[in-house]
Amino acid sequence: MVNRDNTGTSVVDDKSSFAGPRDYFALLKPRVMSLVIFTALVGMIAAVANGASVHPGLAAASLLAIAVGAGASGALNMWWDADIDAVMSRTIARPIPQGLVPRSEAAGFGALLSALSIALLALASNYVAAGLLAFTIFFYVVIYSMWLKRSTPQNIVIGGAAGALPPVVAWAAASGTAPLDAWILFLIIFLWTPPHFWALALYREGDYARAGVPMMPNVAGELSTKKQIFGYSIILVVAGIAPYATGLGGTAYLAISSAFGAGFLLLAWRVFKSQPKSKEAPKQLFAFSILYLFALFAALLAEDLYALYA
Amino acid sequence: MPDTPEHTPELTSELTPDAKKKRSQRNLAIALGLFAFVAVVFIVSILKISGNVAGAG
Repeated sequence: MVNRDNTGTSVVDDKSSFAGPRDYFALLKPRVMSLVIFTALVGMIAAVANGASVHPGLAAASLLAIAVGAGASGALNMWWDADIDAVMSRTIARPIPQGLVPRSEAAGFGALLSALSIALLALASNYVAAGLLAFTIFFYVVIYSMWLKRSTPQNIVIGGAAGALPPVVAWAAASGTAPLDAWILFLIIFLWTPPHFWALALYREGDYARAGVPMMPNVAGELSTKKQIFGYSIILVVAGIAPYATGLGGTAYLAISSAFGAGFLLLAWRVFKSQPKSKEAPKQLFAFSILYLFALFAALLAEDLYALYA
Repeated sequence: MPDTPEHTPELTSELTPDAKKKRSQRNLAIALGLFAFVAVVFIVSILKISGNVAGAG
């Protein structure tokens, strides 16, 4: 907005004039980026522990490219979903709903970073990894954000593939291939996504309903969602043990996966048995689900680092 | 004095001091980002070339 002061000079007081670098950084969804960096790091170290050879500098550049690619898809998601973000309490403080960053700038920022991250990954590693990163960004922005999110309660189930791909991309960056073990890491994150987001949706149901996003609780109902959370939790815990079966994880991994898996199932059961509209059990499961994923991947990382350097 | 065409003050857009500060920060961030990208591409290129040279030898 432009106002004229008493000297006749117009003074620009548009909120976007006050956007700082931090606001643009916030477009990259830093918390999601940190999870992507961590899971990609585990995928890369696992590839090295399984025989791949990569220069540490190129590995770091590849991880940077994957992180920036994830951030770019976050910016593009915020560009597309600005109308949804503006009515949800969880997202209303984002830079676009706040008027700090114009939508068009977020789109340009995301598109530019997407192109640069894919080019950098192609340069630092190989075309398989770069192609997978491009597919990940495409899947998150076009398939999930533009298509699935507003049209089906299976949005986060299918869309979860985008969030599950980073360890596969990183594995491919280190080795040029994506073997079964890389896809097991994918499977764990893919199966983890529904109980994680549906637990969130259970205690944020009003938010999603107000925004018109067909999340499972406001389409299929609370009880059906709770049943599906428990069902996915069982499959997730079984998949969580799969790395031990293929040799990707060792005994320590099996112990951690089993212990945290038992905790996950217990909390999912509590959600299933909780009173209607109760928010406590879903909140606990949501928080624990983050810890669960971190514990499994940290266990794999620790085992691989021990095998490489001990 | 009436705002006749001869006396209309020249219209200029001026940012507030805070907005100017933010603009400087954005410019600096873009400069640093570009420099970092060029540096990363340069380092990656050197590493790839040296790896290929070592492989050929």
